[in-house]
Amino acid sequence: MLQAGADAEHVDAAQHRKELPFLDFDNARFPIKGGLFQRRGGTARHDAVAWGYARGADSRGVDILQHCEVTGFQMEDGRCIGVETSRGPIRAKKIAMCVAGSSSRVASMAGMRLPIESHVLQAFVSEGLKPVLPGVITFGAGHFYVSQSDKGGLVFGGDIDGYNSYAQRGNLPVVEDVCEGGMAIMPVIGRARLLRSWGGVMDMSMDGSPFIDKTHIDGLYFNGGWCYGGFKATPASGFCYAHLLATDQPHPVATQMRLDRFMTGNLIDEKGMGNQPNLH
Amino acid sequence: MLIDHPLLGPRDAAEFIYLGDLSLIDRPDWQAEDAMQQFHDYGYLRDNPAGSHQELWYHEQGDRSWLVVTRDTLTHEISKVELARDVARERGRDK
Repeated sequence: MLQAGADAEHVDAAQHRKELPFLDFDNARFPIKGGLFQRRGGTARHDAVAWGYARGADSRGVDILQHCEVTGFQMEDGRCIGVETSRGPIRAKKIAMCVAGSSSRVASMAGMRLPIESHVLQAFVSEGLKPVLPGVITFGAGHFYVSQSDKGGLVFGGDIDGYNSYAQRGNLPVVEDVCEGGMAIMPVIGRARLLRSWGGVMDMSMDGSPFIDKTHIDGLYFNGGWCYGGFKATPASGFCYAHLLATDQPHPVATQMRLDRFMTGNLIDEKGMGNQPNLH
Repeated sequence: MLIDHPLLGPRDAAEFIYLGDLSLIDRPDWQAEDAMQQFHDYGYLRDNPAGSHQELWYHEQGDRSWLVVTRDTLTHEISKVELARDVARERGRDK
């Protein structure tokens, strides 16, 4: 993490015991020996982020058309020159796709197949509790994360279900797995009631890493494949995509995020899992 | 999500490991002229439809057979379950 420029401090178990006494340090299966602490990290209110960007874009002259579904792409001499929508055609010099979850559905309108499978990721919220949890706590072996919202509910989740899905809901085995992960690290949540659960649609890519690239069709660009790490990458992803759209060159930090990297052998497979989207 | 195994009856999907699109059953010919492109498309590109999807599931915690499941990715409704062996043979393979 430090080599990649992300601040991280090693913290030993003794320090954690002072600050997070409710963790199950002496768990027989997953004893806690220490941790990595990123002070700058935390949560952001996602609705506020979306509205903030929308207001910012709107104030800079961007037209945001709601209830307007893209139904096709207009092509001329092998070049993309616009989109067909449920509210009529829109011509453009450059057309930029950024529809994670539905990347394959939209790209297929341009005759493209992508190195992406859409998978469901479930998330959960408990009933409101008095402040108990500072920051965000994650537990690698259980692939579990938890934080506490302003309303007091614990927001937590874990693995994807593991099969292609656009249903925006998952199944019970994962609910059990996630709760087991939570109990393994902080059994204190055991008596809290589950208030709400839902599922989203993830662009799971073949190597677990995203794409910010031109397509093979002139005038058509693609940003997707962020798996379950898209929201936190929004500012950087948007910035790099804007750079690509404006200059037709990738931003220096995003040069690897190519659609053709599986052909050239330049995979960004951080986990070394291979071309199996449900393992990333 | 229950998968109605042709031999064993309905089993929870958690007994299985999911591989992916049925197209993975058709491994390209490594000696073809365009083998490189074919293997790339076979290994890395997917249709990923929102709707009816044929896919391969491995019954790891059961009889360790491979199944071809026809499932709607919008509703998770499973309309057909076959032994992969039977599907492969229908496609002209010997196993």
